[in-house]
Amino acid sequence: MLLRHTPKEIKERKALAVNPAKTCQPIGAMYAGLGIHGCLPHSHGSQGCCAYHRSTLTRHYREPIMAATSSFTEGASVFGGQANLLQALLTIFTTYNPDMVAVHTTCLSETIGDDVNQIVKKAYKDGTIPEGKYVVHAATPSYVGSHVTGFSNMVKSIAVQMAEKTGKSNGRVNIVPGFVEPSDMAEIKRIAAMLGVNPILFPDTSGVVNGPLTGKFEMYPKGGTPISDLKSAGDSMASIGLGAWASAEPVKALDAQCKIPCQVQDLPIGLLATDRFVDALRTVAGVSVPDCVTQERGQLLDVISDMQPHLYGKKVALAGDPDQLIPLTEFLVTIGMKPVHIVTGTPGKAFTKRIKEITARFGDQINVQNPGDMFLLHQWIKNEPVDLLICNTYGKYMARDEDIPFVRHGFPILDRIGHAYFPTVGYKGGLHLLEKILGVLMDRKDRDASEETFELVE
Amino acid sequence: MRKVAIYGKGGIGKSTTTQNIVAGLVESGKKIMIVGCDPKSDSTRLMLNGLAQKTVLDTLREEGEDVELEDVRKEGYGGVLCTESGGPEPGVGCAGRGIITSINLLEQLGAYDEEQHLDYVFYDVLGDVVCGGFAMPIREGKAQEIYIVVSGEMMAMYAANNICKGIVKFAQSGGVRLGGLICNSRQVDNEEEMILQLAKRLGTQMIHFVPRHNMVQQAEINRKTVIDFAPDHPQADEYRALARKMDENEMFVIPTPLEIEELEALLIKYGIAA
Repeated sequence: MLLRHTPKEIKERKALAVNPAKTCQPIGAMYAGLGIHGCLPHSHGSQGCCAYHRSTLTRHYREPIMAATSSFTEGASVFGGQANLLQALLTIFTTYNPDMVAVHTTCLSETIGDDVNQIVKKAYKDGTIPEGKYVVHAATPSYVGSHVTGFSNMVKSIAVQMAEKTGKSNGRVNIVPGFVEPSDMAEIKRIAAMLGVNPILFPDTSGVVNGPLTGKFEMYPKGGTPISDLKSAGDSMASIGLGAWASAEPVKALDAQCKIPCQVQDLPIGLLATDRFVDALRTVAGVSVPDCVTQERGQLLDVISDMQPHLYGKKVALAGDPDQLIPLTEFLVTIGMKPVHIVTGTPGKAFTKRIKEITARFGDQINVQNPGDMFLLHQWIKNEPVDLLICNTYGKYMARDEDIPFVRHGFPILDRIGHAYFPTVGYKGGLHLLEKILGVLMDRKDRDASEETFELVE
Repeated sequence: MRKVAIYGKGGIGKSTTTQNIVAGLVESGKKIMIVGCDPKSDSTRLMLNGLAQKTVLDTLREEGEDVELEDVRKEGYGGVLCTESGGPEPGVGCAGRGIITSINLLEQLGAYDEEQHLDYVFYDVLGDVVCGGFAMPIREGKAQEIYIVVSGEMMAMYAANNICKGIVKFAQSGGVRLGGLICNSRQVDNEEEMILQLAKRLGTQMIHFVPRHNMVQQAEINRKTVIDFAPDHPQADEYRALARKMDENEMFVIPTPLEIEELEALLIKYGIAA
């Protein structure tokens, strides 16, 4: 009982979060930077920040995560980080030769008020940044928002600082996939390809943080959005942002800057959200939905209906990021389950409203907290037990103490594999999610079955 | 060793007053160190006859962390030990953090140790306590007594009242106390009476009324204190009197800051409008 000190009685807490359901901005910014081909993320702050973000991403993906740091010292904190960043850019371009550096700030550089925009301009002017190379930058103080905010800020910066409008349409559709796994990004591209749409997907970490073992170290793996695509994003027909928290700002900024009509959809997790995504793609690109997509949809529908006896009415507790939780909750409702406790650590009032709408059929029985923490989720579970917990790796303590079937979903997942390779978006992703959910539920049924009720066929 | 911090509105004459007080104390044989806590690094100009000081932070930046006391401390008028924290150029970095770094470094280097045989340490702090760094000199274990330089001008009094709010916060957790207000006259109407009243309301004293005199400017332009430049001038005696009063001062209080309305009422009753 590792969490044996969590009391059942819930008391109001204001100034204290216990086991928060979020992490800090730069980790999202670093992840976004990795999704550009040939890009080296750079942390403008002390070394410890960079080390933490790299190690968490490395543990989540089991891949070496490359990132540089301005290595602030006491002196840099007092005199400002300009000298450090200029020196860093010089070293990076001469030694590691990336095509782009994506600079994000940290709490320290934000608080002392470093003007990174001015420093980067100076670096361009002084020739520290070689011809044909790029430096983008985003402000990512961790005392605002969460890792999702950091991702959004960096993607927005990449969009507005790289996109160029020539006035001649490229016939493509921009898609910002949100803070999702490389497997999800690849799946979004596959769905678009099935519809005959050639998207500019940015960022795109597929092939970067889930690459093959070749025996040879590649500082800049094959994957990632090409810089030429980023520039061309200013000439696209439309933009679709997936997930309001991670992707709304980037597509809105492109709309403001390059007049590219944008829409924000939920992440295509589950049947209905995928329907909406496919429909959005169909509409903006003026294509029709081919049979192969309809067939995948039908397969998902088939499994949902086949397995109703195992799903219907089962209670679920969830923790994660708003963009994932909204369509995931919707999917659980679609398949007949009952999501009863839902927390996210990422602020944003719209979250609670959306969750309440999605779970309206259950009346007022649903617990939603934003921002909430895993301590509260655990307390709720103690008061109203659930049949399933869906959460990142940190949920394993609750799952063990309360003996609840557990599906890992979200960031980070530090103790299992699969998330980097098997998507949870799209109809196929829905199938994968169902397989995971049914797997743990039915394993539990088998474990607890008496000898007379232990069935071969379920 | 008495540790004294001098606060007050920007441009009120903190550095000038501090150095003249120090000159007065030197005359009575005291051993003194001045720690300038202003990024402009002009707290010891009159002691060193010019801005000849290499700041703690400049040294730290150039030499790395391997700094020695002699690198950052210079002897000035009457054997006064002078140090300047220094800080970033205007508009970049974090001056408050600079003061924290600098004072910590001076402590590490033993600038306050017994064997230095100091009678006084004076902290000369930038205009207002805008962030934690500027409160560094009055944190636990640093300055125990504070004097606020003020004049009869509204904004100077407003700043003094604000500084008192800061002192209250630190006084409750540490040992810092207000030693009094030093009125550096701007020849405002009813100035002396008004500052006497302000001091009374704050629960403290006006330790001295320093009259305005051009001699201060003359000495300053010659990079000297009045006591150094014109020892026989009446203005020098004013600073000697102030130094003596501070040396003999036994009134150390936790101030009672005023509400802004009270402060305005005070000005109306005793100030210009009176």
